Amino acid sequence: MQDLLYFFQQLINGLTIGSTYALIAIGYTMVYGIIGMINFAHGEIYMIGAYTALIAITGLASFGVAWLPLILIVALICAMLVSSSMGWAVERVAYRPVRGRHRLIPLISAIGMSIFLQNYVHLAQGSRNIGFPALIEGGFQFGSSEGFQMSLSYMQITIFVTTLVCMTVLSLFISRSRTGRACRAVSQDLGMANLLGIDTNRIISATFVIGAALAAVAGLLLGMYYGSVDPLFGFIAGLKAFTAAVLGGIGSIPGAMLGGLILGVAESMTSGYLSGEYKDVISFSLLILILLFKPTGLLGKPEVEKI
Amino acid sequence: MAAQNFKHALFCAVITLVISYPILGLNLVAEGTSVGLEGATTGTVINVFLAAVAVFLFQLFRDNIMGIFGKVPNLNPLPKRGPVSQERRMLMERVFFVAIILFALLWPFIVSRGAVDLATLVLIYIMLALGLNVVVGLAGLLDLGYVAFYAVGAYTFALLSQYFGVSFWLALPIGALLAALFGFVLGFPVLRLRGDYLAIVTLGFGEIIRILLNNWTSLTGGPNGIGGIPDPTLFGMEFGRRVKEEGNVSFHETFGIAYSGEHKVIFLYLIALVLAIFTLLVIRRFMRMPVGRAWEALREDEIAARSLGLSRTAVKLSAFTIGAFFAGFAGTVFASKQGFISPESFVFLESAIILAIVVLGGMGSQVGVILAAIAVTILPELAREFSEYRMLIFGAAMVLMMVWRPQGLLPMRRIQIELKEQG
Repeated sequence: MQDLLYFFQQLINGLTIGSTYALIAIGYTMVYGIIGMINFAHGEIYMIGAYTALIAITGLASFGVAWLPLILIVALICAMLVSSSMGWAVERVAYRPVRGRHRLIPLISAIGMSIFLQNYVHLAQGSRNIGFPALIEGGFQFGSSEGFQMSLSYMQITIFVTTLVCMTVLSLFISRSRTGRACRAVSQDLGMANLLGIDTNRIISATFVIGAALAAVAGLLLGMYYGSVDPLFGFIAGLKAFTAAVLGGIGSIPGAMLGGLILGVAESMTSGYLSGEYKDVISFSLLILILLFKPTGLLGKPEVEKI
Repeated sequence: MAAQNFKHALFCAVITLVISYPILGLNLVAEGTSVGLEGATTGTVINVFLAAVAVFLFQLFRDNIMGIFGKVPNLNPLPKRGPVSQERRMLMERVFFVAIILFALLWPFIVSRGAVDLATLVLIYIMLALGLNVVVGLAGLLDLGYVAFYAVGAYTFALLSQYFGVSFWLALPIGALLAALFGFVLGFPVLRLRGDYLAIVTLGFGEIIRILLNNWTSLTGGPNGIGGIPDPTLFGMEFGRRVKEEGNVSFHETFGIAYSGEHKVIFLYLIALVLAIFTLLVIRRFMRMPVGRAWEALREDEIAARSLGLSRTAVKLSAFTIGAFFAGFAGTVFASKQGFISPESFVFLESAIILAIVVLGGMGSQVGVILAAIAVTILPELAREFSEYRMLIFGAAMVLMMVWRPQGLLPMRRIQIELKEQG
C-alpha cells in the first residue's frame, strides 16, 4: 500500500510537470510543423511570460488587490500579451528575413535571439532568482497519518485544469476556425497554400503568437509551482519541452501533449526512485535514444526526403 | 498605402512598448521573503519610449530609408574592382599569418603579465574556434555541445595528474585523444541525424557531461572542482620557486637567473602559441586534403555528394572527431593555465561563445575566425563597463550577422584551379 501510494505520488508529480511541458512543446511543434525550424528562443519566451506574470502579481498586490481569481486572470492576460508580442517581434526580426535560407542560418539566428533575450531579462531584472508567491495553497492528503502520505495540491489541480482547457481550446481552434484551417493548410504545403490565397506570412506570425501565449500560461503555472524564477529558467525548460515535442513526433500537436506527459512522468519516476540530480540526464538520454531509433517520434509522420 | 504604413508603424511601436516596458521599466526587488516592485529610473523609461518612437518612425518611412540603404553600395569607392586573384589572396593570407605569429612571439616581452595571461586565453579560444570551425564551418554540422569535449580534455589532465601524477606533456595527447574518442563514440550514432536534430542532441550531450561532472562527486569533486593541477615543465625543469617533484630541477636555478613569476606565465603562453599554430597548420592541411573537400561537398549538397560515392558517416565522423580532438587540446592547456577547474567553466554559454566566434568570423574562414576570437576575447576586457553587456551584444550580433551577412565578416573563399588555355 505504501509503495503504491508512493508510486501514485510520483505519477501525479510527473503528470503535473508533464502537462506544462506539453504547453511549451506545442509552440515548438507548431512552428516546426509550418516552417521546419527549431525556435530556439521559445524557452526564453516562456521565461519572459513567467516574469511578466510575477510583475503583474506583485503590481496588483501593491495596489491592494487581494481577490485571487482577479489576480490570476490579470497575471495570465499580461503574461500572454507580453509573451505573444515578444513571439511576434522575434519572428519579425530574427526569423522572417532568414526564412528559406540554408537550415543552419535560421537556427543560429534563433540561438542568438535566445542568448539576447536571456541577457535582456538578466540585465533588466538581475540574475538572482526571485521568489514567486504561492497564491494557491493547500490540497488533499491521502493515506494513513503514520506512513507515507500522498498529496494532491490545489496548485496541481489548477495546473491540470488550466492545461486541459488550453489544449481543448487549441484543438477546437485548429480544427474549427478559419485561421486554424489555414494553419493546417500551411503546414501541409506552404507554397501551395500561398498560391491558393492564404496569407502565409500572417499564418506564420499567428503560429508564433499562439505558441508564445501557451508558453506564457506555462510560465505562470510553473512559476507558481516551483516558487521562483530566474533568467536561466527558460533554457532547461525549453530543452525539455523540445524533447517532449520530438518524443511525440515533431509537427504533431497531439504528439506534443503525449510527449510532454511521458517526459514528465519519466522524470519524476527517476527522481522518485533513483536520484533527483540525474533527472535531466534521463530526459536528454531519452531524447538521444528517440532520435536514434524513432526520429519521427510516437505520433509523427515520416518525412520523405525529396531530391 | 500611407494609411496602411501608418497603421503598421503604430502597431510596431505599441509592440515595442509592450515587450520592453514591463521588463525594463518595472523591476522586481526581493524584500526579505516577499517581492516588491520598483519603477526604473526616469532615464530608462524615457529610453523605452524613445525606442518606441524610433521604431514608429523607422516603420513609417521604411521604404524611404531602405531606398537610401539601397544606394549605399554606389558610394563604394572601388566599385569596379574585381576580386583579388587567388595567388594574391594566398600571399596575403600567408603574410597575415606570418605577421601575426611574429607579433605573437614578441608579445610577452613587451607587455605586462596580465596581458600575457589574457593572450593565453585568446590562444585557447583560437584553438577552440579553429576546431569548431571544422565541424560547423567546413562540415556544416551544428555542434552546440562542443564545450563537452573541451571539458573532457581539461578533466582528463586534472584527473590524471591528481590520481596518477601524470605530467602536462603526457596528458596533452591523452586528453586530446580521449576527447576525440568521445567525439567518435558520440558521432557514430548521432551523425545520421539531420542538421537541427544534431544541434539539439549535441546540446543535450554537453549538458549530460556537465551534470555528470557536477554530480559524480567522488571522482570529480563535483561543483568544488579539482585544484592543484601542475604547471607544464620544460624538459623536466619546473617554473615554481621550489621544486615540487623529486628529480626535477627548477628553471631559474638551471639558468642561474633570479626567480620570477613571469617565467611561468610566458612559458605557458608560448606553449599555447605553439599548439595554436599546430592546430592552424594541421587544419589547413586537412582543408586541402580530399577529406577536407569532402566535408565541404557534403555540406553543400549531401545528396549529390553521396551519389558521387562519398560515405556520409565516415566524412562527418572525421570532421567531428578532429574538432573534438582540438577541443581536448585546448582543454588541457586551459586546465594547466587555471590550475583549477570546475564544471562552472563548461556551461552551454561557453559553447555559444565559441559558436559566436566562428559565425562572426565567417564560417570556414581561418583568418576570420582568428580575428573574431581575438576581438571577442579582448573587447570585453578593454571595455570593462560594457562587459556585462557582452552576451547581449553577442546574441544580437549573431542574429544581425545571419540576417545581413551570413557568410561572416571575412568569408571563406574556396581554393580553385583555373585551367590555362593552351595556345
